[in-house]
Amino acid sequence: MTDLAEAPTVAPADGHGHDEHEAHPTFTGVSNEKLGMWMFLGSECLLFGGLISTYLLYKNRPGAIEVRDALGTARTGSNVRVSEAFDIPFTSVSSFILLASSLTMVFAVTSATRKETERVRLWLGTTAFLGAIFVGGQVYEFTEFYEKGFGFTTNVSTSAFYTLTGFHGVHVTVGVLMLLFTLGLTFRARIPKAQSIEIVGLYWHFVDVVWILIFTVIYLIK
Amino acid sequence: MAIINYRTPLELESGSTASVSRPMGLFTRPSQPKGWKNWVFSVDHKKIGIMYGVGSLFFFVVGGFEALLIRAQLARPGQKLLSAELYNQVFTMHGVTMVFLVVMPMGAAFANYLMPLQIGARDVAFPRLNALSFWLWLFGSIFFNTSWLLGGGADGGWFAYAPNTGVLFSPGHGIDFYALGLLITGVASSVSAVNLIVTVINLRAPGMTWFKLPVFTWMMMVTQFLLLFAIPVITVALFLLMFDRLFGSAFFNASLGGDPMLWQHLFWIFGHPEVYIMVLPAFGIVSEIIPVYSRKPIFGYRFMIFSGIAIGFMGWGVWAHHMFASGIGPMSVTAFSLSTMFIAVPTGVKILNWLATMWGGRLKFDTAMLFAIGLVSMFTIGGLSGVSHAFAPADTQQTDTYYIVAHLHYVLFGGALLGFFGGFYFWWPKVFGHVLSEKIGKWHFWMTLIGFNLTFGPMHILGLQGMSRRIFTYSAGQGFDLWNLVATFGAFMIAVGLLIFFANMVVSHRAHKKHPVDIGPDPWDARSMEWMVPCPTPEHNFDEIPTVTEMDEFWHRKYGHDETGRLAPIATSREVAQEGDAENVHLPSPSYWPIVLASGTPFVGYGVIFNLWWAVLGGVLIVAGVFGWVMEPSTEPGGDHGDHGNDGHVDDPAGEAAESPQAELEEVNS
Repeated sequence: MTDLAEAPTVAPADGHGHDEHEAHPTFTGVSNEKLGMWMFLGSECLLFGGLISTYLLYKNRPGAIEVRDALGTARTGSNVRVSEAFDIPFTSVSSFILLASSLTMVFAVTSATRKETERVRLWLGTTAFLGAIFVGGQVYEFTEFYEKGFGFTTNVSTSAFYTLTGFHGVHVTVGVLMLLFTLGLTFRARIPKAQSIEIVGLYWHFVDVVWILIFTVIYLIK
Repeated sequence: MAIINYRTPLELESGSTASVSRPMGLFTRPSQPKGWKNWVFSVDHKKIGIMYGVGSLFFFVVGGFEALLIRAQLARPGQKLLSAELYNQVFTMHGVTMVFLVVMPMGAAFANYLMPLQIGARDVAFPRLNALSFWLWLFGSIFFNTSWLLGGGADGGWFAYAPNTGVLFSPGHGIDFYALGLLITGVASSVSAVNLIVTVINLRAPGMTWFKLPVFTWMMMVTQFLLLFAIPVITVALFLLMFDRLFGSAFFNASLGGDPMLWQHLFWIFGHPEVYIMVLPAFGIVSEIIPVYSRKPIFGYRFMIFSGIAIGFMGWGVWAHHMFASGIGPMSVTAFSLSTMFIAVPTGVKILNWLATMWGGRLKFDTAMLFAIGLVSMFTIGGLSGVSHAFAPADTQQTDTYYIVAHLHYVLFGGALLGFFGGFYFWWPKVFGHVLSEKIGKWHFWMTLIGFNLTFGPMHILGLQGMSRRIFTYSAGQGFDLWNLVATFGAFMIAVGLLIFFANMVVSHRAHKKHPVDIGPDPWDARSMEWMVPCPTPEHNFDEIPTVTEMDEFWHRKYGHDETGRLAPIATSREVAQEGDAENVHLPSPSYWPIVLASGTPFVGYGVIFNLWWAVLGGVLIVAGVFGWVMEPSTEPGGDHGDHGNDGHVDDPAGEAAESPQAELEEVNS
C-alpha cells in the first residue's frame, strides 16, 4: 500500500522500476511470488494430510498376502507390518541431516540478502548436498526393505508406507533440483534475487517440517 | 497513463549485461503473433477467459449429447438403445464431463475475464501460469475423452466408488483415464487457484479494500480457496486409485485388507467443497446482475460476503452426508446431519438478500435478469430437497434413487448453469462489443427453464417411487413410464434451448456486423469497474488504473445526491468511462512454453496406461516446457506489446519474474 501511495495511478502490473529486480509494489507489500508460494504450500498441507491419514488407517492392517521374513521363510502376512523392518537409528541420522539442511538454507538466504555471492553458492551447494544424502538414504532404506520382503504390493501397510515416504522423497528431490538450478543461476549473468532464494527456502523448510511429522508418525509412534 | 520509457532494449534489461536480452536464440518470445498464434501463445487473461468459455461450451455439447443418450434410453421401458455396459460409461462420462469439463471451467472463464477488471488490474499475477492452467485443463479434458476411442469411457459413476473401480469390476481402461485425466485437470485448478488468489490479494487498485470488492470477485475468491484445499485431497485419492489399478496395490480392495470407505471419505472431502466450487461463481454472477436490473445496491453486502465465507468454511464439515447409507455409525450420522442443516443457513441468507435486493426495486426483466431470477427460484427448490437429505432416515430412503438426481440437477443446472447463462447475456457486450438479442434470448430462457423443470421435476417423483439411478432400463408397469417420457421430452427441450443460444450468438453477431450499434462502455447502467472500460475491453484493460473510494465505484462516479438527498445523475457513463486509447501500455508478452509444457501431460497419461515410451515423449515435452519457460526472457527483446505502438521498451511485467524456476517445478511435480 505504501508503494502504491507514491504512485497512485500506476498499476501494479507496470508500476515498477526497470533497472532492478526488486519486489514489485503490490497491494499488500508481499511479493506475488512469495504469496504464491505460501498458497501452494497451504495446498500441499492437504496433500500430505491425505497421505498421512491413509498411512495411519493402514499401518496396522497388513493384509493376508504372503511375505518372506529376513531368513527367507514364508509366512502369511496377517501379523507382518512394515514397521518390523525399520532401522530407527539409521533413519534418525538421515532425518538429522535433512534438518541440518534447513540451517544451511537459512545461511544461504542470509548470505543472499547480504549479497555475498560466494557464500550463497557455498550454502546452496551444501543444502543440496545434504538433501541429496537424505534422498540417497531413502533409496538405500527402500532397497533394504525390499530385500527383506517388503515390496510396494506386499500388503496395504507397505503400500501406504511407500506411498507416503515416496511422495515426500519426490518433494525433496524436486527441492534438490531447485537448489541446484538456483546455484547454477548464480554463475550466470543474472544473479538470482535474494527473494528467489528465500522462496526456494520456504519450500525447503516446508519439506523438512513435513518430514518431522512423517518421521514421528511412521517411525516413532508405535 | 502508460509509462513511456525511451530507452534501448539492451540498456533496459534489468540492469545486467546485454547477453540477458537474448539468452539464446531459441528462447525468444513470440513476436506480435497474428491469427491463431495470437490465441495459442497468449497470456492475456481476457483471451484465456474466452478460450475457457469456448472450451466449456464445447464440452457442454459433448456432455449434453451424453445426457440425451441417457434420456433416449430411458424414454420407454425396456429400451435397447444402449447396452448396460455402454449405459454405465455414458452416465459416468456425462457426470464427469459436466462437473469437471463444463461447470468448473465455465466458472474459470468468468473469473479469468472479469476478476482482473473488477479489481482494476492489467492482468493476473502470473500470466504464463494462467495460460498453463488453461492448456492443462484442455489437454486433460481431451485426454479424458479419448478414452471413448481407446477401449471405452469410465464406468464407475462420477464419484467412482470402490470396488466398482477395481480392475475386477472395471477391466477396461476407462477408470485409468478418469484417474489420470482428473489429475491433469486438478493440477490446472490448483495452479489457477494460487494465481487468482494472489491476483486478488496483491493486484487490487489503490483504495480497493476488502469491503469494496464486488460480490462476484469475493465469491470467486472463496471458490479459489476451496479449490486450493480440495484439489490435493482428490489428488491423493486418484493417486491411490491409480496405484491400485496399475501397480497392484490394494488401497480400496477389501479382500486384500484395503478399505473402500477410504475412497468415499477422500472423494467427498473433496466432493462437497466441490459442490460449492461449482455454485459459488454463479452466486457471484447473479449478485452482480440482480442489483443492476433492480436499480438498487445489493442488499446486505457484508452479509452476502460473510455468508459466502461461511459456506466456504462449513462446506468442509458436511461431506459424510453423502455417505449416510455406508454404515458410518450413529454418532457420525448425527453430527453430519446437524452440520448439513446448518449449512442451509448461509445459503438461505443469500437467497433472502437477493429477494430483498429486488424488493421495491425498479425491475427490468432482461434475459440476464430472467436467468438470475431463474437461479434464485430453481436453486431454492434444489436447496430444499437438499435439506431433506440432511435427515438421515429420509436420506437412506432416497440414496441412489432419482430423487438424488433431481436434487443435484436443481442445484447444479438450476444453480450454476442458469447463473452462467445470465452471466453470458450480461457480460457479452463487454467481451464482444455487442449485445445478444433479447428476443431470441427470451426464447432461450423459457425453453431452458421449462425444459429443465420438465426433465428434473418428475425425477423427484420417480425417486420417491423407488426408481434407482444408474439402472440402464426398467420394466413396464412399475409406474415409471409416464414421468420418464416427460423427462426425456424436457431434456430435448433443453437441447433446443441451447441451440437457440448458439443461434443467438450467430444472429446477434451478424446483426452487429451489418448495422453496428454503438453501445458505449456501459449498456446496462451497471455498477462495478469492468464497465468503466470500453466494450469490447481493450487489450490493456484500463488506460489509467482508477483509485477506488466506494463500493460500486463506477456507479458512484455516475450518481450523487442533490440538495434534498435524492439520487441524481451527476455524469453519464461515457463521461466517466475511459477511452481505451492509451498507447504504450506494457503488457506481458506471449509465450510458447505454457502450451508446450501442458501438451506433454496427456502423453505421460498414455504412457502410464499403455506403454512407457509415450511417457518418455511426454516427459521430454514437459522438461522442454519448463526449461524454455525458465530460460526465455521476460519479454520479447525490443518488441512492443499488442497494438500499442513500438516504443522499444522492454518490461518485466508483474508476475513474469515471479515465474521463476521453483514456482514451476513444484507446480509441475505436484
